Amino acid sequence: MIVVRDVSYAYEPGRQVLDSVSLSIGDGELVALIGENGAGKTTLVKHFNGLLKPQRGTVTVDGTDTREATVATLARKVGLVFQNPDHQLFAETVEKELSFALANFGVPAGEASRRVEWALEAFELGEYRNRSPLTLSGGERKRLALASVLCYDPQIIVMDEPTTGQDSRQKSRLASLLTRLNDSGKTVITVTHDMEFVAEFIPRTIIMSRGKVLADGRSADLLVNRAYLESASLLPPQLAEISWELGLAEPSIDLEAVVNAVRGARR
Amino acid sequence: MVIGLALIEVRGVSYSYPDSPSPCLIDVSFSAEEGEFILVTGPSGCGKTTFCKCLNGLIPNSYGGSFTGDVLIDGIPTTSSPIHEIARRAGLVFQNPENELFCTSVEREVAFGPENLALPREEIRRRVSEALSTVGISHLMHKSPEELSGGEQQKVAIAALLAMKPKVLVLDEPTANLDPVSAKSVISVLSRLNASGVTIIIVEHRLEMLAEIASRCMILDCGRIALDGSPREVLYSDLAERIGVGIPKAIVVAKRLGRGLPGDRPLSSRELASALRRGEAA
Repeated sequence: MIVVRDVSYAYEPGRQVLDSVSLSIGDGELVALIGENGAGKTTLVKHFNGLLKPQRGTVTVDGTDTREATVATLARKVGLVFQNPDHQLFAETVEKELSFALANFGVPAGEASRRVEWALEAFELGEYRNRSPLTLSGGERKRLALASVLCYDPQIIVMDEPTTGQDSRQKSRLASLLTRLNDSGKTVITVTHDMEFVAEFIPRTIIMSRGKVLADGRSADLLVNRAYLESASLLPPQLAEISWELGLAEPSIDLEAVVNAVRGARR
Repeated sequence: MVIGLALIEVRGVSYSYPDSPSPCLIDVSFSAEEGEFILVTGPSGCGKTTFCKCLNGLIPNSYGGSFTGDVLIDGIPTTSSPIHEIARRAGLVFQNPENELFCTSVEREVAFGPENLALPREEIRRRVSEALSTVGISHLMHKSPEELSGGEQQKVAIAALLAMKPKVLVLDEPTANLDPVSAKSVISVLSRLNASGVTIIIVEHRLEMLAEIASRCMILDCGRIALDGSPREVLYSDLAERIGVGIPKAIVVAKRLGRGLPGDRPLSSRELASALRRGEAA
């Protein structure tokens, strides 16, 4: 469980990037963190694995204050996948990239190679195992970055913009992977601009704006709330927009609900 | 423009990257007329980026590999023309603007291309200020590209190409790294440019942002052109659904409502709403 209490952070004095943020994310939750560029989303998640320490307030992960733990300890529990895979990938081959953290965390060789095989398969990277990560496409590098974190099996997974450059099939694969991880009890936190992905797959949404939490609740409620979306400079998911254009009494982000509402209204 | 030739002519192009066993493009033929706005999409690895790189000669000139067929841009063949001749005709914008901007100020960045054409100083100045004002970033002229947001950087990359006065802009997922509001703003710049006569070829997965704007839509699959036509034809086809591109939700809803829906096949929520209103009135 992650508990953020009254956290403020500024990279330079006087420019608060996080301004008294409080929230908590329980074990096994599937959460989206959305908001315009510069809202503080990435800064917030860097607090979850101790990359950044709060300048005011506290962040605890399973009861441990992040100021009292090293990044190496926290990283075992909280796996952070960066937005730009090039900031993360460095090994000579895809396979070495995947096994790096496992070796560092002292995972026995047999277990490590089982996990590497799992990741190559789950992320459709098998044919590239001996290639340099630099020769992969943008979407493939993104999947490799995610795979290299999932490989060492952290309890909490934080992904920054995982759907960038992924086609609709890869997005569905990613979604079913997230759901499976979540079903197995993992906490999954996704920072994203992809409103369609949130609307379709993620039950809880936290909206950030200008360093603060603007709203926190069910995606189904927040993503049809015009006032919230507008004040955070977010565009609505398509189904919400369709609901508004059609003047539906109950705007929805669920395809069946929208189709049924239109059919009902036309009868 | 050479009489009888389209602005872009791609004839029977097949291509494999060096050291790659399988071809990325297989016998692709395609032509584009001046003023078109072409949306290109398809699953990852279908050859979209490779296709873009063929249109400004990066492939095969800089990449090597095995290339057959012809690409003519405004009548000149990409394989046997000097790069500055191609660059005056076709500009390529990549996904990540950080990787292509390198000057210390926006002004110098945009001036770089025309300087390399050895144009007179006054002409360079004129082109820079025109390009910046076209994309709406004149106020950023003296900033360093590094201090700009992703959306602003992408606009600088577009302005830098516009200063070359190309006839066609080819953009490979230019909004992939941008937040939705910045993405929308980059796309409205493209729409304006197209209205002023620049041919646009854009690769994008988020079809809902472009379905209404594009005049033509092309889906690549496994290195071949699988579908090519108006967005209405292509995005409503069963094949598009089978290939698995992200069909806009307005189309998904319209298809579910089925034949009861009057009028043209709607491409956006706005069009869907007006089709339904017409249905009620009728």
